[in-house]
Amino acid sequence: MEALLLSMKTEWMVTAILLTVLLLRLGKGVAPSTLLSLVQLLLLVATALSVTGSGSGPLFGGMYQAGPLAGFQKSILLFAAWMVTLLFADWHRGSEQLPEYLILMLSSLLGMCFMVSAGNLLMLYLSLELATIPMAAAANLDLGRKRSSEGAMKLILSSAFSSGVLLFGISLVYGTTGSLDFAGITAAIDGGGLQTLAFVFLFAAFAFKMSAVPFHLWTADVYQGSPMPVTAYLSVTSKGATAFVVVNLLHGMFASMSDAWYRLLMVVVLATLVIGNLFALRQQDIKRFLAFSSIAQVGFILMGMTGNRPLGVSAITYFVLVYVFSNLAAFGVAALVSARTGAEDIPSYRGLAKSNPFLAWMMALALFSLAGIPPTAGFFAKMFLIVEGSWQGDYWFVVAAAINIAVSLYYYMRIVRLMFSDAERPMEAIVPAPSERLGLLVCAAGIVLAGVLSWMYDHISTLN
Amino acid sequence: MNLTILLAIPVLTLLAVLLLPGARQARWAALAGAAVQLAASLVLLLRFRAARADGGKGFLFQMQHDWYPDWNIGFHLGVDGISVAMILLTTLVVVAGVLVSWEEARMPKTFFAMLTLLGLGAYGFFVSLDLFAMFFFLELAVVPKYLLIALWGSGRKEYSANKLAIMLMGASVAILMGIIALMFSAPDGQWTFDMLRIVEWDVPADTQVTIFGLIFIGFGVFTALFPFHTWVPDGHSSAPTAGSMFLAGISMKLGGYGCLRAAVWLLPEGALAYGDAIVGLSVIAILYGAFVTLMQTDLKYINAYSSVSHCGFVLLGIGMLTKAAVAGAVLQMVSHGLMTALFFAVIGMVYVRTHTRQVAEMGGLMKPMPFIAVLMFLAGLSSLGLPGLSGFVAEMSVFVGGWERDTAFHRSATVLAAMSIVVTAVYVLRAIGATMMGPLRDQAHAALTDAAWYEKAAALVLTAGILAMGLAPGWLNDLVGPDAAAIVTRLGTSTP
Repeated sequence: MEALLLSMKTEWMVTAILLTVLLLRLGKGVAPSTLLSLVQLLLLVATALSVTGSGSGPLFGGMYQAGPLAGFQKSILLFAAWMVTLLFADWHRGSEQLPEYLILMLSSLLGMCFMVSAGNLLMLYLSLELATIPMAAAANLDLGRKRSSEGAMKLILSSAFSSGVLLFGISLVYGTTGSLDFAGITAAIDGGGLQTLAFVFLFAAFAFKMSAVPFHLWTADVYQGSPMPVTAYLSVTSKGATAFVVVNLLHGMFASMSDAWYRLLMVVVLATLVIGNLFALRQQDIKRFLAFSSIAQVGFILMGMTGNRPLGVSAITYFVLVYVFSNLAAFGVAALVSARTGAEDIPSYRGLAKSNPFLAWMMALALFSLAGIPPTAGFFAKMFLIVEGSWQGDYWFVVAAAINIAVSLYYYMRIVRLMFSDAERPMEAIVPAPSERLGLLVCAAGIVLAGVLSWMYDHISTLN
Repeated sequence: MNLTILLAIPVLTLLAVLLLPGARQARWAALAGAAVQLAASLVLLLRFRAARADGGKGFLFQMQHDWYPDWNIGFHLGVDGISVAMILLTTLVVVAGVLVSWEEARMPKTFFAMLTLLGLGAYGFFVSLDLFAMFFFLELAVVPKYLLIALWGSGRKEYSANKLAIMLMGASVAILMGIIALMFSAPDGQWTFDMLRIVEWDVPADTQVTIFGLIFIGFGVFTALFPFHTWVPDGHSSAPTAGSMFLAGISMKLGGYGCLRAAVWLLPEGALAYGDAIVGLSVIAILYGAFVTLMQTDLKYINAYSSVSHCGFVLLGIGMLTKAAVAGAVLQMVSHGLMTALFFAVIGMVYVRTHTRQVAEMGGLMKPMPFIAVLMFLAGLSSLGLPGLSGFVAEMSVFVGGWERDTAFHRSATVLAAMSIVVTAVYVLRAIGATMMGPLRDQAHAALTDAAWYEKAAALVLTAGILAMGLAPGWLNDLVGPDAAAIVTRLGTSTP
């Protein structure tokens, strides 16, 4: 009983917050700002409690696997959810469907937590659906905008498709190994033809969720159409949780087939990096731009998996944490600018530094970190993934991947340059709300300190 | 001496520049930080000489901490004579750069922050003994360079900034691959980025040759290795005055130092294999740079192309692989850093007054601004290697070292490189003559004022360095010589 409470404490806490919001919604109702502050507070407490560590071991006959690293990965997801409620406070308060939105977001968060701890393919499938379907509904929450419905439609269709692919893969795995349990499958897998096919299906399904090339086509439209907080949430948590799952599958269940998946992964990494970067070069819309940049980032995450050793898992976890700081800061600034001025195109960021130095610096820091420029944490995160990618000794592959950093520098720096250039009509002064300012400062602190000081990585490393 | 002081001062300066409310406080903070750093580097010089007099050898004042042990990354600091010389150069250029930019009106706080950040990258680079930490600091300096050109530059600044950033980042990728490959070539999985441990490994010769190519070409791009020099003229001419000074005076030296430290020292077999190719390419750079300079009409382009030519001497000295030549390469880095920074500072001073950099539109400027004219003479004469100034010492050392290689190829390379001095004299004297001497070409220039106090101060700092090196080269030679010799000794060749 104690194990049931302690090992699953993150899930319990998210459920409790979810129920709180639901009950408040069903009751007399509270003012949106009160509700939001409450959720912010509860999520902060949940994150803090979740970081303190969790038990380990299987529950429910192996359906659920708790472990220290999985516990920390869930804390990252919770932290990201908390940051989203902070950074987009304005949007939240203005939204007419705040309780519904929060319930959807928290359900999806719960799904992701279960996903990270799944020990059985059925459990994995269920939690994945729980993580995805609410997000499709949330993407639709800008009810007045046609693009929002379009984005939601694309998200639900592509998710449904990838779920079908996933189920097919699962059935092939079950058919060839006779087990749905991770441990049972790992023992029974022998790399036969059907199992390779099963792997391809499973990998394709997750590539959809992570928007790795060639399954990335939904990303830009969904990011552009959805409300900004949904996009931001989707871009960091859904990607992060899926990455945690995929690395577990590759290094665990399919470890014995690493020769087969290593080649496949190399192709996907290069395609993802190149396509993500080339399309990011041409984007004029900040959300589409961040969508393609996030595709390119996934290329690096996948690269960290090629080494097939535990260090890669530490590196990926650390990268996702850093990515939460950097991407949310970028989305946070973009949301503020969009909410106050309506501008979502990159050229209107010209001269931002003159009227809004704070926002411009935050954006610049976020972009530096996404580009992987020292002293930001993004530099270290990317370097670890690159070292991990070189582990197998295919240096041409690493060179091809690393050249993408030089390319990406061009488009990240373009925005920085625009923000600090003179403008004929600079943007009006934007005053962030206290919670938004706090959120940005937390992100900035993470970006600047999490790399130069090594203790965050050290913590992940000791858990792994 | 605790070397972290050299990193702490710029970090604190950076914080002060960013957090102080006004632009005036920010520039004073930047200047104070740079001055304190200059003082600290002089203390370092004295302590280093004292420690060496007590029998200290190799890298002194070492300190080591874990950074990311999972990834074999440590934080290992230490300096030898070469690093001390480079740190001295950097502090002088930073002080001068801050002074020259005193009246910067456009986003001054950000501007001084960028200068400080660039300096921080250089200091960290020169004191790091861990390849990854070195790479970290090298990259740290990329963004400030880009932004200095893209935001405060002139002319085709966006093109130049992008060109510089992409070429330098591409070069960084080569360096990164080289150091990762080197790390993984450790015997028995003793992976490390620590140079003092790598130097003890017995890396197979063919591996050394491959990795040497990556690292040397990577750093070579930073120091204008032909044919990767093309970012130099565009970058330097589009940058603001202090930006050009930092690019030529500091940034290009990161490349030379990296070639020497991370490539030649760690990978002697690679150096032996590539030595002749380096000599060949650097002679091309020296001659090509000099002749292209002859054709330039813009003062900044003149100095930028002459930098290509002068940095060729650095690579020539390294490629010759003799003690005198390698020491000469280091001397040339210091000399060129000071001299070219002074030249760019003077060009900047002329430009803010005349609003032109075209040689043809100037003439007789010595009358309204004698101080600036004298500075220009000084920088020019040092550039063409007049005895008594820094350039002579450095180039002479490279030539002597080159002549010690007694093959026809090396001797003819030395002779060809030496002949470039004649061309240098032509373009330097012609540029100075056309702009400073003769009758006043544009009567509007008659009312121009001479250098302001901050410009004089900047020039004096650099001039002091040039004269200290030119009149009394002994101390610098003593500083650099033993460590240059140590690098060459590792090659195990019979060359002196």
